[in-house]
Amino acid sequence: MSEKSNRIIVTVLGQDRTGIIAETSRALADAGVNIVDISQTVLGEFFVMIMLADMSHARVGLGELKTQLSAKAGQLGLQINAQHEDVFKFMHRV
Amino acid sequence: MRGVHFEPEEILETVKMVQMENLDIRTITMGISLRDCAHPELARCAQRSYEKVCRHAEKLVRVGDELEREYGIPIINRRISVTPIALVAESSVAEDYVLMAQALDRAADAVGVNFIGGFSALVHKGLTHGDRILIDSLPEALAVTERVCASVNVASTKAGINMTAVGRMGEVILECAHRTSDRDGLGCAKLVVFCNAAEDNPFMAGAFHGIGEPECVINVGVSGPGAVLSAVRRAPQVDLGELAAIIKRTAFKITRMGELIGRRASERLGVPFGIVDLSLAPTPALGDSVAQILEAMGLERVGTHGSTAALAMLNDAVKKGGAMASSHVGGLSGAFIPVSEDIGMIEAAAAGTLTLDKLEAMTCVCSVGLDMVAVPGDTPAATLAAIIADEAAIGMVNRKTTAVRIIPAPGKGVGDFVEFGGLLGRAPVMPVHRQASDAFVRRGGRIPAPIQALNN
Repeated sequence: MSEKSNRIIVTVLGQDRTGIIAETSRALADAGVNIVDISQTVLGEFFVMIMLADMSHARVGLGELKTQLSAKAGQLGLQINAQHEDVFKFMHRV
Repeated sequence: MRGVHFEPEEILETVKMVQMENLDIRTITMGISLRDCAHPELARCAQRSYEKVCRHAEKLVRVGDELEREYGIPIINRRISVTPIALVAESSVAEDYVLMAQALDRAADAVGVNFIGGFSALVHKGLTHGDRILIDSLPEALAVTERVCASVNVASTKAGINMTAVGRMGEVILECAHRTSDRDGLGCAKLVVFCNAAEDNPFMAGAFHGIGEPECVINVGVSGPGAVLSAVRRAPQVDLGELAAIIKRTAFKITRMGELIGRRASERLGVPFGIVDLSLAPTPALGDSVAQILEAMGLERVGTHGSTAALAMLNDAVKKGGAMASSHVGGLSGAFIPVSEDIGMIEAAAAGTLTLDKLEAMTCVCSVGLDMVAVPGDTPAATLAAIIADEAAIGMVNRKTTAVRIIPAPGKGVGDFVEFGGLLGRAPVMPVHRQASDAFVRRGGRIPAPIQALNN
């Protein structure tokens, strides 16, 4: 498994409220990141959204994207996390 | 959806491990051979070594930072290990190798790593002229440098225990403590005495680049006591077989992160990937403790009866899970139980539940040995040597790596603390037996290698 994939997994955690998907999607779109798949669920009172996104045509690197997402997370009072897909592949798939 | 699909639970588990359970890569360690840096003039040898380390490790810190950012896994340390300096420096006519330590210190500073290991000698069967000079240089070298770590291998299963060297190391440790008495004997925290030293260990202070290693290599040390602790705490009722399976699964996941980061670091640095060391390495941070795992397994406090059995199971489960997760496992690979670097160990030692004798028993079943243990400053050199000999005997007979990193705390006694700060932490001064061992140590010579059959 060598370094090829440009896909990342974005997780959003926090209190449910209006516009979480819209705001997060806009932040990704602004950065040129394409959303491949999206799922959401509510665990207890927490809203959990998981996005699989492709950074092949992104205008920024993952480091910069994470900075932008944290700024957005601060505004929305949420926790937004972005990690390379390989982290999950390595941990959960052999 | 194209490609791999993940369940939300899997995604959240990973996120939680990193965000809440201190899952991290403890170290990316670049091993660099300095064998071609030997020169009759030590100053030239030191200059060559400095240049070679800087050349190879130039990108190490930057690549570590990039990987940390992109994969979202904290990488705590970037470090360097080099060929045991006694081997590199002994072609020179110098009678003191402090210059080499200073060159390594400068190189570590130049490339931005916090520790460089390998101011070392391998003397399990005897000392060469260069080995003797290196050992004599240790107190000065560790006092005048900041980042250099040293180790001396005094015993092995195949060679036995070099008791003359063990006796000398007792004196050297005491001298190191005196030379750094203004810093609680910090010099001793950077000096490891080994039996069966591992040639590819990425963890400090005992890392060095062994003579069977390639020109340059990347080794990775994973951590993750916090993730194991949480998994154990979530299973208060299960029996020990099932608990072992839970630990194995967690260790597997932790080690996979090490494998991922190691492969990527190796690709980006253009350096072969050596091994993942799948040790559970604690830090003084709350919840990042191996001792607390043992307590979560059902012990009121680590050091009480049952601690050795619990640790044996933990250590084995970590190895079983980790071995499946990586193509190359090496180094020390097990659970570390350093006293000063683990909040649970610190508390148990301060309370008197964890004694030096029990700690020694626990080292029979886990990796390393008496690690970061503070003892009274007036402990005689022969007693320190005897402590080393006991630990080396455990390693020799059980065919495993054992080590002693002990600090005779200058001017301090039982009840006092030594304070190093950072990852080195703080440790209560533990009592030692006051009955003398000096006549035994003074005999010198070698304890013969043990028989490798008739195992009982």
